[in-house]
Amino acid sequence: MAVSTPEIDIRIPTILRPYTGGEKSVQASGSTLAELVADLDRRFPGMGERLLEDGKLRRFINVYLNDEDVRFIGSLDALISSGDNLTILPAVAGGS
Amino acid sequence: MLSISQEFVDAIYAHARADHPDEACGVIVGPAGTGIPTRHIPMRNAAMSPTFYEFDSIEMLKLYRDLDDRDEVLVVIYHSHTSTQAHPSRTDIAYASEPDAHYVLVSTREELAGANEFRSFRIVDGVATEEPVQIR
Repeated sequence: MAVSTPEIDIRIPTILRPYTGGEKSVQASGSTLAELVADLDRRFPGMGERLLEDGKLRRFINVYLNDEDVRFIGSLDALISSGDNLTILPAVAGGS
Repeated sequence: MLSISQEFVDAIYAHARADHPDEACGVIVGPAGTGIPTRHIPMRNAAMSPTFYEFDSIEMLKLYRDLDDRDEVLVVIYHSHTSTQAHPSRTDIAYASEPDAHYVLVSTREELAGANEFRSFRIVDGVATEEPVQIR
C-alpha cells in the first residue's frame, strides 16, 4: 500500500508569485520539507532553485512550518503533518 | 515619490540614533492600495551589527500575519547606515525582495547626521532608483 503524504497549504511571497501564476497560496505534498520543496518545484518549475542552494535552504529565505522557523526544527528534514501550513518569506536584510 | 509625515521621519531618526552604532531597521505600514504610511513598527535587528541588518525571523512572521489580518502592506522598509551615506549598498540591493515598498535609508554617521539625509529608493530586479521624498 502506498504511503500517502499530506498535501498542505503554502503561503507564497510577492516576489515568488510569478512562479505560481500570481497565486498567494498553493498546495504541495511531502513527508519532509525536502520532499515538499521537490513537489513544489515539480508543480511550479523554478521554485526549487529560488529556495535551495547546494542542496540547502538559501540563507536569506525564511521558511516557517506553522509558527516555527524551520531552521530550528531540522531545516529540510523537518517533518510535515497533515494540517500543517508553510510560509515562505524572503529575509528583510542588507548591509552597509 | 514617497509622501510621509514629519512624525514618521522623526520616529525613524529617533530609532536610528537610539541603536547607533548598530544599524536600526523597521517598517511603516499602511492600508493596502493607498500607498500611505500610517503605522510605525520598529523591528529588532537580529544581526545587531554596525554593518548589517536582518529582521528577526519570528518577529517578521508575526508582522506579515498581522498585515494580512489587517489588510495592510509594507509601505516603507527602513534601515540606517551608521558609517556610510544613506544610499543602498550592494547587499541592500541583492537582498531587496519587496518591489512595491519604498526603501528608506538614513545615515547616523557623525558628519551626515546633522544633514538630515533621509533618502528613498525603489529596488526592483537588482536596480535601485532614488525617488523624491515629500514630507507632510
